[in-house]
Amino acid sequence: MRKGLLLVWVLLFLQAAQAQTSVKGVVKDNKNNPVPGASIAIKDSYDGGTSDSSGKFSFRSTEKGEQLLVVTSIGFKPFEQKIKLEGTPVVLDVQLKQEISEMTAVVISAGTFEASDRKRAAAVLDPIDIVTTASGNGDITGALKTLPGAQQVGESEGLYVRGGTAAETKTFIDGTLVNNFFYSSVPNVAQFGRFSPFIFKGTVFSTGGYSALYGQALSSALILESIDLPDRSSANLGITILSANAGMQHLAKDKKSSWGFDYGYTDLAPAFSIIKQKQEYSKAPTYHNLDANFRVKTSKTGMLKYYGYYSNNKLAFTTPSLDSLGYLDKFGIGTTNIYHNLSWKDNIGKRWKMSAGISYTYNEDNLHSTNQTADKQDVILYNGLELKKFDLNSKGNYFNAKLVFDHKWRGLSAIRFGTEFNTAKEKALFTDYAGTLLHYNLDEHINALFAEADIYATNDLAVKAGLRAEYASLIDKVNVAPRLSVAYKLGKGTQASLAYGVFYQNPERKYFPTGAGNPIGFMSASHFIAQFQRVLNQRSFRAEVFYKKYHHLLKTGIHNYRESALNTTGYGDASGFEFFWRDRKTIKNFDYWISYSFLDTKRDFLNFPFAITPNFAAKHTLSVVTKKFVQKIKTNVNVAYNYSSGRPYYNIQYDGFNYKFNDRGTIPDYHNVSFSLNYLPFIGKKNPKMYGVYVLQVSNIFNIKQTYGYNYSFNGSRKEAIVPPSRMFIFIGAFLSFGVDRSDEVINNGL
Amino acid sequence: MKKMLFSLLAICVTAGGFAQNEKYVKAMEQLVPAVDTTRSVDGLTDLANSFERIANAEKTQWLPYYYAAVCLINKANTLYSMQQMDQIDAVMDKAEPLLKKAQELEPENSEIYCAFKMLNTGKMMADPMNRYMTYGPAAAEALEKAKALNPENPRVYLLEGTDKYYTPEQFGGSKEEAKKLFLLSKEKFLVAKPASSITPSWGLPQVMYFLSLQ
Repeated sequence: MRKGLLLVWVLLFLQAAQAQTSVKGVVKDNKNNPVPGASIAIKDSYDGGTSDSSGKFSFRSTEKGEQLLVVTSIGFKPFEQKIKLEGTPVVLDVQLKQEISEMTAVVISAGTFEASDRKRAAAVLDPIDIVTTASGNGDITGALKTLPGAQQVGESEGLYVRGGTAAETKTFIDGTLVNNFFYSSVPNVAQFGRFSPFIFKGTVFSTGGYSALYGQALSSALILESIDLPDRSSANLGITILSANAGMQHLAKDKKSSWGFDYGYTDLAPAFSIIKQKQEYSKAPTYHNLDANFRVKTSKTGMLKYYGYYSNNKLAFTTPSLDSLGYLDKFGIGTTNIYHNLSWKDNIGKRWKMSAGISYTYNEDNLHSTNQTADKQDVILYNGLELKKFDLNSKGNYFNAKLVFDHKWRGLSAIRFGTEFNTAKEKALFTDYAGTLLHYNLDEHINALFAEADIYATNDLAVKAGLRAEYASLIDKVNVAPRLSVAYKLGKGTQASLAYGVFYQNPERKYFPTGAGNPIGFMSASHFIAQFQRVLNQRSFRAEVFYKKYHHLLKTGIHNYRESALNTTGYGDASGFEFFWRDRKTIKNFDYWISYSFLDTKRDFLNFPFAITPNFAAKHTLSVVTKKFVQKIKTNVNVAYNYSSGRPYYNIQYDGFNYKFNDRGTIPDYHNVSFSLNYLPFIGKKNPKMYGVYVLQVSNIFNIKQTYGYNYSFNGSRKEAIVPPSRMFIFIGAFLSFGVDRSDEVINNGL
Repeated sequence: MKKMLFSLLAICVTAGGFAQNEKYVKAMEQLVPAVDTTRSVDGLTDLANSFERIANAEKTQWLPYYYAAVCLINKANTLYSMQQMDQIDAVMDKAEPLLKKAQELEPENSEIYCAFKMLNTGKMMADPMNRYMTYGPAAAEALEKAKALNPENPRVYLLEGTDKYYTPEQFGGSKEEAKKLFLLSKEKFLVAKPASSITPSWGLPQVMYFLSLQ
């Protein structure tokens, strides 16, 4: 009998254990919106449920007593609460807190265009866009010129941003300043960037309001991040109508280190014999480029990267002289450039990260200028024209270093601080027409300290506040520059941001040594930027307004026959608005973007008689870039149209006392339609040993006349339009890779 | 009496042990067939959550982790078919650690490599132009490993066939070859003998669907 009782008791107990408690409630976020698809679980049990579209959930649990209820959902912090399961229904409302994460958080994007594969709101471009933009010519800055804020200046290299000169844009690779980013300037022929776009995985193009980590740029910062370890070992070969290159990348078996090199030779003579150039070349441009790299994963989080570059290039040409009819102007230049960059990044302790980088550049230019007779004999013409005959040998040694500590405290909030050193040692030897030697030596160093805080109050509100202090030895002055930006999320994919900052820059070294006059100080600019951005489902829209105020711009005068720094009493301002629209969704396999910029700017600087709209600023700039992948023929078809309204032009003459306008006007509107085909025959082949891409590129396909400005004779009495060296240019090339798919390396760096 | 109590206790304990295992199998048996029939985002979220609860309670069973990941990958694929590209990464970021846990518990399993193939292909499809160089080879590698570990796994051929089916002909796709692979997969399905009621056996309805299209 007692046995029986026991059994009944056990059964009853088991029965009781089977009794269920119902649990129900609603899951909401901190704005009281329902969270659908959240997982509700009793910890260490199978029991639980999923919230429905209105955030409601309900389930029954066989568990007993005090239990832990865990609610999780993508994008939210886990929620835990103790509940008692005793048979009586449990009803509870759950409020989830958003997890502050890079994927969902608002991004400070005012004034910033990013091309990277990171999942960030500011990343409106992909890395591949840099090379598949038809008007980009495979050059990093070429593609960036199709973005709002940048001007279509074709007569010289560089990025002219929002009314700023090209010298107001500085470039940084892996954190450190790059001194000779472009090949040395040639009169009226824009030069290309030295570096292949394929060595970079991320590009940040700031058109203003950039971080305190960067300085010495009044208008814009171009921040490039080099690639990490390659996916696998490969060898590559490129042959084009301009160049040939070969190289390899080797990835170690343990995939923790790699090394590689590439050599390229470019000779434009064959192309120039077919495509007639405006200049008559006695030495068509030739380039030897050699680069080498290694990358080592120093720990789970650490990466050491080295990139080294050597280049030697030469060219010489004549153009009919405007000064004396029947004579020629000859210009020749030979450049040797060496660049080394070593950077190291690693976590040091919990929540601490360190990035260190050093770079060294050696650049030597040998420049030769003279007048020639029609049969190419050097000749010295007088009455001022003797100044056209000179030789200039200039050598520059540049050393840059940067150290940044990064401390993450909560979520995405972080504090960053560090220091930067930039030194320049330049030596120039000038030989004039009479053989007189003039030496110019210049030593400069700039030391900077900076600190910056990222504060994410919620996913919806982010503040970046920074301070940068600099000392410049050349002018013996100190500056302190505050930076502040705020971003607020208005809704899914929609955000507004504001940016403010003060930016200082030394007057360009080419105007030193200074003429007698007032002391030289820093030039400065204040930026005010407001932006609205909406990025949703493969479509991006961006609108930005800005105001930029320039103080203490450099004024120049003639001193020892040279245009040299006089004082920094110049000033100016720029304001405008810009739109950007990109759509990859509406039409399948078709991607396009449109950018428009309106710019209103005036400045008094250098030799300007008073404040005028500078000759590098167009009021309206428009770019339409389209990309279509045609599956049937495995070909990318890219077309780009660039427009800018007529820029002003000036001829300013010195009358011995003052600078005066000798001539002024407006150049015609600029139109350019470029076209490129990238044929990828190996794509989709099973286990191919070889990959590659064939490229055809035509710039200015409609052969439209483009005028960039005017050249004047020495006395200003004659003028001639500055036009591109050839109206249309055609580029054909094949780029092959063995062992790894480099199909997206569609255009080479050969140019 | 004491003896009896002890034996009763012993029975209870072992029964408890069995009951635990039985409970696990039973709970899984209720969910596993749904892997083949659930295609909606909400349905797959719910199913993945259910598997994940079991995974977190059991901790030593690889199957619930595996199934939770597969359901999330299927959810991402549904999002892809709805052209909700910007949501795919978040779902895949949740699936990946679950699949890695499954692999820790069961290192060399053809099914897990199949799931890794699906994960990498799914990630690639969210942004093919920029990702095919990294995720494409990773997906192919995983599928090769899956095939090497178990050439009899019908899902290997289903995945191979799906690739062939959706890849444009210019890129090496072929409806003809896809059909051959689907037929091979079907053959393997028909002779497959899953080790238990809850080992992966999903996929036949998909094969039949593809075959019905041709």
